Amino acid sequence: MPPEAQGNIMTGADMILRALKEQGVDTIFGYPGGAVLPIYDAIFKQNHIRHILVRHEQGAVHAAEGYARSTGKPGVVLVTSGPGATNAVTGLVDALMDSIPIVCLTGQVPTHLIGSDAFQEADTVGITRAATKHNYLVKNVADVGRVIHEAFYVATHGRPGPVVVDLPKDIQVEEGPYTGSPQTKHRSYQPQVKGDLKAIKQAVELIAAAKRPVFYTGGGIINSGPAAAQLLREFVHMTGYPITSTLMGLGAYPSTDRQWLGMLGMHGTYEANLAMHDCDLMINIGARFDDRITGRLDAFSPGSKKIHVDIDRSSINKNVHVDIGIVGDAGHVLEDMIKVWKAGVHRPDKQALAAWWAQIDKWRDVDCLKYENRQDVIMPQYALQRLHALTKDRKPYFTTEVGQHQMWAAQFLGFEDPNHWMTSGGLGTMGYGLPSAIGVQLAHPDALVVDVAGEASILMNIQEFSTAVQHELPVKVFILNNEYMGMVRQWQDINYEGRYAHSYSASLPDFVKLAEAMHGVGLRATKPEEVDGVIEEMMSVKRPVIVDCQVAKLENCFPMMPSGAAHNEILLNAKDAGLVRSDDLALV
Amino acid sequence: MRPQQPIERHTMAVIVDNEAGVLARVIGLFSGRGYNIESLTVAETNHAEGLSRITVVTRGTPMVIEQIKAQLDRLVPVHKVSDLTVEGPSVERELALVKVAATGEARVESLRLADAFRARVIDTTTGSFTFEITGNSDKIDAFVDLMKPLGLVDVSRTGVVAIRRGAEGM
Repeated sequence: MPPEAQGNIMTGADMILRALKEQGVDTIFGYPGGAVLPIYDAIFKQNHIRHILVRHEQGAVHAAEGYARSTGKPGVVLVTSGPGATNAVTGLVDALMDSIPIVCLTGQVPTHLIGSDAFQEADTVGITRAATKHNYLVKNVADVGRVIHEAFYVATHGRPGPVVVDLPKDIQVEEGPYTGSPQTKHRSYQPQVKGDLKAIKQAVELIAAAKRPVFYTGGGIINSGPAAAQLLREFVHMTGYPITSTLMGLGAYPSTDRQWLGMLGMHGTYEANLAMHDCDLMINIGARFDDRITGRLDAFSPGSKKIHVDIDRSSINKNVHVDIGIVGDAGHVLEDMIKVWKAGVHRPDKQALAAWWAQIDKWRDVDCLKYENRQDVIMPQYALQRLHALTKDRKPYFTTEVGQHQMWAAQFLGFEDPNHWMTSGGLGTMGYGLPSAIGVQLAHPDALVVDVAGEASILMNIQEFSTAVQHELPVKVFILNNEYMGMVRQWQDINYEGRYAHSYSASLPDFVKLAEAMHGVGLRATKPEEVDGVIEEMMSVKRPVIVDCQVAKLENCFPMMPSGAAHNEILLNAKDAGLVRSDDLALV
Repeated sequence: MRPQQPIERHTMAVIVDNEAGVLARVIGLFSGRGYNIESLTVAETNHAEGLSRITVVTRGTPMVIEQIKAQLDRLVPVHKVSDLTVEGPSVERELALVKVAATGEARVESLRLADAFRARVIDTTTGSFTFEITGNSDKIDAFVDLMKPLGLVDVSRTGVVAIRRGAEGM
């Protein structure tokens, strides 16, 4: 052995910690167990990396997602074999669907026991193969360092995603030479980031010649980094064209800007959806034509040419055929588009554009987010408007659970900056918001972090409130409590004649007492005039808070483009949907 | 409604790292996304670099075929995906072992047909022949069909392997 290699001889567990340190990791979210004890012992003996003990492995992955999404850095998770790994699966798929870079280290039974149905053994690489971007089983201690570095490379390059490294216990204990470095790449995985310049030029020609254009952007802008959001703003201003975004892309473009149409899709704004339907050119940057965006495919924006920029070639022409597909990173492609635009004489057709904006303004006049506010009961939209108004100066980070509250949050909170909005878009994972908020708060200790929740979703990962208390993370859980799984009930209203099969939140805990029992702070609002005070108090408390905001029970979320409908078949209110509001009855 | 696109048959060659689980990734991709596998073969083709070649025959509309290629290409251990059906002319071959149990005239007839198909006898007993036959899949189908009335007992097929014509590699 060469002498210089001798300093490189160490246990697998030490290799793991060294590789994480070299990758610049400062935080691990995890939960110990038999098959990862050597790694936990190595964590105990060092001071570079902080370990955040969660209460359930799903929470660890969501926390890592919140950390990753709010910082742009990969999130790191450490869980044990068997149930530790299987509990993490929902989080992994969530990260896969929303393209969040995660490196998840899982313990495994010793190599000689693999395949013997040993205690806490699960086929983790088998189970997570379809739940990850890539996964590894390390069977040789000399591979540990290299594989972990490679895992970071794969998780963060191209379309980001979760990577699992399964580490048998004997490999963690054995000694061997440390290999790999932060420069380690993968020998076959070399994703393209620069777009094809010829296609970009063609795209710019189309953009310049458009008469009814619309920008449709998504999470790809956020994933590309803050520079991409800046470039997007620059390009959109240069053209003067309207812009809408998916749920995942909110914050890339400021919602206070005049060219902003609001979110599009199933619960998107009237103006955004009709602009998509009637446009003659759609410029999709970093979005993937998800079914919640397109509605019925054969009626999707029938008269438009389409440009699609995506880092993932398989997203192009997957659901919707496009005229120009550009494979590349959103930031790089936007930079080239701006260069090409500036290099030529590109002047949008002012007259056509004026007519297009006049049309859009007519749609805007419909005021699709209007709702009937009430004095006797808190409307969920009102609560969120107040939450936005009272918190916006602190540049808050918002996470959400999944359901009506999530859609209202997307409609009413207003977003100015990228990386400030964490939500489960693709998988729609109830229970995402609280652990995600914990990850965000860790990365931004002084920031205001609010999880907008529903009373049903929050109970899916309520145990993580203890994590927040233990680590002194002053996250705020703002529950819009309507005692229903609101979105399920809304679909039962619209599609099942109001037969509310199991969508009622029975036997709810007293959320104020629950917060107190978990050593946090509980607050409650039951009347509109209490909302502001509760929000102010929530913000002033430097501890984890649960707000039980009791809202109108039967309010539904509009606009709504029902599943299988087209953009121009959007329902604006309960009357459109053939529903009679029955909140008055419910309140009796 | 969109006009119905025609279903096409494509043969693809996929160069992958020869590592544990790589075949499961490819198969999982096809089953998970509802694509068809008509034939699939895999073997290491470059030991020094640790590379295997997978030949997969699939069917789908042009849009689905494009998707399959793009989805294969984004698997991390995949080095290259080549659609041999569209990238110039290529040759395809399959090998089959065909066992026929017969006596008397049927036995003689099976041997005669094998000769016509240029199949070789690789094992024999007084009551059986095992033929080795190479060719495109249609030829093997035809041979197997002819053997059925003569006493076909067992068939083992390799699936399709394919390579591009001409001097160029993949």
